[in-house]
Amino acid sequence: MSDISVPPAAQPLEPTPPPERPVWRIIRDFRRSPLALFGLALLVVIVAAAFLAPWITPQNPYDLRSLSIMDSRLAPGEVGFSGTSFWLGTDGQGRDMFSAILYGLRISLMVGVIACTSALILGLTLGLVAAYFGGRIDTLVMRLVDLHLSFPPILVALILLAILGRGLENIIFALIIVQWATFARMARATALSERGREYIEAAQSLGLSRTRILFGHLLPNCLPPMMVLYTVEIASAIALEATLSFLGVGLPATQPSLGLLIANGFQFVLSGQYWISVFPGIALLLLIVAINLVGDRLRDVLNPRNIT
Amino acid sequence: MSLLEINNLQTHFFTSGGVVKAVDGVSYHVDRGEVLAVVGESGSGKSVTGLSVMGLIEEPGRVVGGSIRFDGREIANLPAHEMRKLRGARIAMIFQDPMMTLNPVLRVDTQMVETIHAHREMSKSAAWALCRDTLGRVGIPAPDERMRAFPHQFSGGMRQRVAIAIALLNKPDLIIADEPTTALDVTIQAQILHLMQGLVEEDGTGLVWITHDLSVVAGFADRVAVMYAGEIVEQATTDGLIEAPQHPYSRGLIGSVPSRNRRGARLAQIPGGAPPALNRPQGCRFAPRCAYRLAGCDAPQTLRNNVRCWRADELPAFEEVPA
Repeated sequence: MSDISVPPAAQPLEPTPPPERPVWRIIRDFRRSPLALFGLALLVVIVAAAFLAPWITPQNPYDLRSLSIMDSRLAPGEVGFSGTSFWLGTDGQGRDMFSAILYGLRISLMVGVIACTSALILGLTLGLVAAYFGGRIDTLVMRLVDLHLSFPPILVALILLAILGRGLENIIFALIIVQWATFARMARATALSERGREYIEAAQSLGLSRTRILFGHLLPNCLPPMMVLYTVEIASAIALEATLSFLGVGLPATQPSLGLLIANGFQFVLSGQYWISVFPGIALLLLIVAINLVGDRLRDVLNPRNIT
Repeated sequence: MSLLEINNLQTHFFTSGGVVKAVDGVSYHVDRGEVLAVVGESGSGKSVTGLSVMGLIEEPGRVVGGSIRFDGREIANLPAHEMRKLRGARIAMIFQDPMMTLNPVLRVDTQMVETIHAHREMSKSAAWALCRDTLGRVGIPAPDERMRAFPHQFSGGMRQRVAIAIALLNKPDLIIADEPTTALDVTIQAQILHLMQGLVEEDGTGLVWITHDLSVVAGFADRVAVMYAGEIVEQATTDGLIEAPQHPYSRGLIGSVPSRNRRGARLAQIPGGAPPALNRPQGCRFAPRCAYRLAGCDAPQTLRNNVRCWRADELPAFEEVPA
C-alpha cells in the first residue's frame, strides 16, 4: 500500500521568507488608506498640540493674572487691549480661546484615555474569565453586563455624578462604570470563539497552567477586536465627558474641558458671539472624527477575515 | 505491564437530546516502543478515547466508567492539577490540523520554551537550546532562524513538524497522535510518517496513532484496533488485519482501499452510513450495513478472539468477498 520509504526532504520545501512581524503587516495595510492616514495625521497633530499646550499657547488660561477683563469677548483676529491679537477670539473673562481649547483638549484626552484604558483592563479581564471558565462565573458576569447595558450610559453617569459630585476622579470613575460592560461583552464574545479553537486545546494538552493559557494564549488572540473597540470607545468617552461637563455635572470650572468651554459660550451664541462655543465644538468634532477614522481603518486591518 | 492500558472505557456526553455514548466499553493497550493504530470513521469514538486518556474531555462529556492505567497508575478522573503534570510531560498529543494547533500570535520559540517551563526548571538559554535542537531533530532546516518565526511563516508540513517537536520536548513516554497527517498532502504525509517512526524507535516511546486512513497504517503500526460506533470491533496485528480481516466491517474497510480494486470497475464500498450516536441498533451495531447479516445478528455482540462478531469463524475467507 502506501510507500513509506520516501526519505525526508533534506532541503527546505519553500524559500524561507524573511520573518515579518505582524506589526509591520498592520502598518503596511494601514497606510493603504489615504483617509485613515489623514485621520492619523490629524490625531497626531491634535494630541501633540494638547500635550505641548503649556509651551505653545500664548497664555495660560488658568492663570487669572494673565487675563484681562478688558479683552473679554473679542472676536477672532481682534487685537486686545494689551496689544496681543487673539486669532480665535476670547471668552467672557478675556481668556484666549486658542489657549483654552488646547488646555481643554488636554483634559478631555486625559479623561478619555485613562477612563477607557481602565475600563478596557477591567472589562477584558472579566470577559476572558467569564468565557474561559463558563458556568456560574459566566452567568454572574454576563447578567451584570446585561443589567448594565439596559440603562442609557448618560443616565448612569448623571446619577453617579449627582451622588459623587464634580471632580476629575469622579468623572473618570463614572466613565469606567459606564464603559466596562461594553468591553466585557466584546471580550467574552471574542474569547468564546477563540476558546473553541484547537490551539487552546493543544495548549491544554501541553499541561500549561490555566493562568498561562488565559493570559498567554487567549488574551493576545482577543486583542485585535478589542483595540478597535478601544479607539471607538475613547471617542465616545470624550464625547460623554463633554456632554456631562456641558450639563454642569462633569469637570469643575477650574479645569475646563471642551464641554465646559462650549457650555460657557452657549449664552453668547444668540448674541452673535459664536466663537466662544463654536471653536471648542469644532476642536471636539475634529478629535472625535480623527479617532474614528483611525479606528475604522484599524477594524479593516485587524479583521481576521482580511488576514491571509 | 503495558505502558497504557485502557479497560472498558466509557466516555459519555450528556446532551439535551440524550446521552451520547461516544466511547462505549473500549479496551486497548500500548507498550513502550510500540505503535498502535486506531482506525475508524468520523464519530466512531477514536478521538474521544484519545482525549479521555489526556483528561481533556469537556462538559457535557465525562468518563463514566472503566479504567485508564498509565505506567501502572490509574489516571481516569485524576484531579486536574495531577493530570496537568502528566500532560505534555509524560503523555503528549499531536493534533490533526497544524494550521490551527499553533497559537497564531506567538513566536515558535515562545510556545516551545513555555512548554518546557510548564514542567521543569531550566534556564532560559538551556531551554532555548533544547528547543532548537529538537526543531533540528524533526527536520526543520535552519532551526536557529526558524525559532524566531511565527506559525504563519511555516508551510503545513513544517508546522506539523513544529507541533511534533513541541510534543517531544519533555521526552514523553506516550504520544497520542490524532490524525496528524490527515490535513497534509501525500508526500508530506509520507515524510511525517517516516519521521515519527524514527523518533518513536529512537526514544522507545509508545505511540497511539488515530487515523481513518488504512493506507497510513500498513508498514507503520505494529497493531491495529478498528473502531465502529463507540466500540472496538476488531484488534489484530497490522499484517493480520490487512491479510485476513475477520469482522465484516474491517473486511469492508480493507476491501474498499482503492489499490485493491480493479481499474475501471466501481470502487467497493460499505453500504449505508454509521448509525447516529443517539440511536444505535440494540444488537450488533454494524448489522444494518452488514453483508453477512442473519436472523441471530440482532443480539448484542461481545469481543471474542479480538473480533466483535459471533459468526466470525463461519464467514467465508476474505478474498472471496464479492467486489
